[in-house]
Amino acid sequence: MENIVDTKTLNITKKDFESDQMVKWCPGCGDHAILRAVENIFPELGIPKEDFVVVSGIGCSSRFPYYMNTYGVHGIHGRAAALATGIKLTNPKLSVWMISGDGDSMAIGGNHFIHIARRNPDINYLMFNNKIYGLTKGQYSPTTPHGSKTKTSPQGTFEAPFNPGELVIGAQGKFFARVIDTNLKLMSHVFKEAAEFKGTSIVEILANCVIFQNKIHSLITSKETKNDNQLILEAGKPMLFGSDNQKGIVLEGTHLIAVEVGKDGVSIDDVLVHDPGKADPGIHMMLASMSPPEMPSALGVIRAVKSQTFEDQVWDSIEHEKVSSPFKSVDDLLNSGNTWEID
Amino acid sequence: MISKKNKVVELEHAVIRFAGDSGDGMQLTGSLFSDSTAFAGNDFATFPDYPAEIRAPQGTVAGVSGFQIHFGHTDIHTSGDLADVLIAMNPASLKANMRWITNEAIIIVDTDEFIDKNFAKAGYVTNPLSDESLAGHQVISAPITTLTREAVKDLNLDNKTAQKSKNMFALGLVFYMFNRDFKGTFSFFESKFKENPLIIKANKAVLEAGYNFGDTIEAFAFTFKVEPAPLAVGKYRNVTGNLATAWGFLAASERSGRNIFLGSYPITPASEILQELSKHKEFTAITFQAEDEIAGIVSTIGASFAGALPITTTSGPGLSLKSEAIGLAVITELPIVIVDVQRGGPSTGLPTKSEQSDLMQALFGRNGESPVIVMAASSAADCFYSAFEASKLTLEHMTPVILLTDGSIANGSEVFKIPKISDLPKITPPLVKPNDANYKPYARDNQKLSRSWALPGTEGLRHRIGGLEKEDITGNVSMDPLNHQRMSELREEKIKRVANYIPKQEVIGADEADILFVSWGGTYGVLLTAIERLIAEGKSVSLAHFKYIMPLPKNTKEIFSRYKRIVVCELNMGQFVNYLRMQFPEFSYGQYNKIQGLPFMVTEIVDKVNELLNE
Repeated sequence: MENIVDTKTLNITKKDFESDQMVKWCPGCGDHAILRAVENIFPELGIPKEDFVVVSGIGCSSRFPYYMNTYGVHGIHGRAAALATGIKLTNPKLSVWMISGDGDSMAIGGNHFIHIARRNPDINYLMFNNKIYGLTKGQYSPTTPHGSKTKTSPQGTFEAPFNPGELVIGAQGKFFARVIDTNLKLMSHVFKEAAEFKGTSIVEILANCVIFQNKIHSLITSKETKNDNQLILEAGKPMLFGSDNQKGIVLEGTHLIAVEVGKDGVSIDDVLVHDPGKADPGIHMMLASMSPPEMPSALGVIRAVKSQTFEDQVWDSIEHEKVSSPFKSVDDLLNSGNTWEID
Repeated sequence: MISKKNKVVELEHAVIRFAGDSGDGMQLTGSLFSDSTAFAGNDFATFPDYPAEIRAPQGTVAGVSGFQIHFGHTDIHTSGDLADVLIAMNPASLKANMRWITNEAIIIVDTDEFIDKNFAKAGYVTNPLSDESLAGHQVISAPITTLTREAVKDLNLDNKTAQKSKNMFALGLVFYMFNRDFKGTFSFFESKFKENPLIIKANKAVLEAGYNFGDTIEAFAFTFKVEPAPLAVGKYRNVTGNLATAWGFLAASERSGRNIFLGSYPITPASEILQELSKHKEFTAITFQAEDEIAGIVSTIGASFAGALPITTTSGPGLSLKSEAIGLAVITELPIVIVDVQRGGPSTGLPTKSEQSDLMQALFGRNGESPVIVMAASSAADCFYSAFEASKLTLEHMTPVILLTDGSIANGSEVFKIPKISDLPKITPPLVKPNDANYKPYARDNQKLSRSWALPGTEGLRHRIGGLEKEDITGNVSMDPLNHQRMSELREEKIKRVANYIPKQEVIGADEADILFVSWGGTYGVLLTAIERLIAEGKSVSLAHFKYIMPLPKNTKEIFSRYKRIVVCELNMGQFVNYLRMQFPEFSYGQYNKIQGLPFMVTEIVDKVNELLNE
């Protein structure tokens, strides 16, 4: 990639990406940590600072571009994927980051979400999932658990929630990762993986809304339960979790189960080894679907399958046509076909 | 071939309508006749009239596809009111088109199709060829299907293939009537079917058979000739409005040095613009077929931020879906051209029919105070210049431009004098140079009030824009009340000042007259033809046809003040006239409206004028 240069010669730091605007998220909001993680990794990517573009839709998360000193566009509700696609197609050299939430991506922007996944432009898509509408003050979202009482569901919701990872994989998505706002190290690591992946890398960030959906991810994040409910995936490593990595994920028949390694004849060799690059969606889909308390929630890069990017195909076609087309100028085109002279 | 030509009658102009089942190839027949008309040196305009369904039930009125051509040895501005010659390939096409032909029109029918079962499908109780319904017409009855089969019997084609070229028999017959040469049509067959010599032979044989049939039957007391039109010296071609629109954008791309980005969703009758531009990647035209209308425009706004010549194309219902995003382009003050090829509405309405009923939507159909430039193309060929001009205005003034065309001019075609791209004006967007220390996202050009364009990837110009209200100069988010007032005023004033950069309004006819007719957009050809005819008859009328609507040309008020009466003609319930009433309430306006999904006829305008003058 021509725009990747040695970071040291670029001489850029986290400071270069901090904006002069006041960050107006609520104190304690998970979004602060996400901002920090992004600011941390941008200087490490070897990309000149003017080549970053951060775009967003509408919602708490989507104020993000104003808090980064990059090129940025705060778009309209649900449509950031289209905005990002237009930018990337026009100038493939740019590093395009897209910020969205569960309402923005799963409800009003649901259509664009599935289409960006199948087209696979090289865009880094960070979806903050706090399972609630925050900016409009507490209505349920498409990821709110079934039966949850919110301002618009005083009797509990009657709707089955979306699992974003299932949607990504079902929509031919090539990259899906999941992280939590409480784990800065994992976030930074996964954001870097997403940045380096050529294609649409969609990262679901389980974010906490302290005001309207506090502790919605507590089974995964709380000290007492997190070890049993987090499976942090690493490529080529067995899928182990628990306080002493004593638990593992095993394929039994056609589904995944959690087992204790060393018990009931289960050995470490029975535990599945993570292969995010496998094109077959089967195991990835099952991993994305897992949720506590029955199963741990899979974190890290679940799927990262190499494929052609949208913009590379478009620009390859442009280069090809430039050589093969009989028209070298618009004049040629206007004068082609049936024409006649009046003299 | 040996011809025993009858007397040749010279015509000033003529209208021919080809009609058949939607599978009968009438559009191709019409376009081949158009090509021969071009080679004959006539001026001409065409219009296809096809059903919304791809293949409506065979033999029914709903499934009739038509193609009309108006050609002459004077300037031709319309596809013609009523046809002088109708080719009806079956009873349904006769039934569907009787109201579109003159009382004396010559009717050519394929008698093989005029059988009982087809009468029923077309809704005829009796055979229209033998009852009195065609009284006054000269009917040329030809067993076209049989004669077509006959013409190719030596080629051993199966029945279906043999019959497929029966449209060429009809074309041959019309070529005979109008003394046309068909060398050009033969070369078309040769290139179109070069992989299939048998089909070339079949089409040639059938075309000749049709021609010879005309020569042999002596049904024609005379044939016709239309002398070449006095067109200016130059090179010409035939264009539809949609093709011309696409090419106008390509020309603007070349003159601005900006690559086209067209984000669009297929919709009748606008899809051909997307189809055409998608063929021209060699000019670095990026076309993105989005998942919906909204993604079409929003991807284009992204492309605009990144520095493309940003275009989105749609028709009425799609413009509704794009409203919110147009607002985003207004507040971010980014360039974008939104082409609305208007069709009959509301809702899905009349997808294949034409109307001018999106004007108010284009002007005001958004939340908030959201001014944009609105302009309208006058004719198929003018779509080229309108697309070019819309691109120039959007890039130089940093504001959305809505370009209205309509189904009639988009699908209709006319003769187009091919310009040289280097003769078109240069387009110079206000790009910011790297590391410009004075750059502020919302600082403005003194004259135009446009902000400047700092593209991502440029060193030293990082900035954020978005849909929240912007602080003057800095572009930071601002909820300050006085700032909002100021920004609203600036956005409005920026559009008003565009009037300093567009041509003055012209008037056709005398500077003072009893009635000034006012029209806009795709009705130009009809109004011009009607008013020119009336002026030649000595009537005291003039015409002001508008291309720029928001803002209006600066001399509009002065023009209006010179006429005793003003009558606004448009294909809607009175949208432009009401807009003018808002702008210039000091004048009183009459109005003439038609809302049938059809263009005005010249005779309708002439009759209306005479009625008003006699009041």
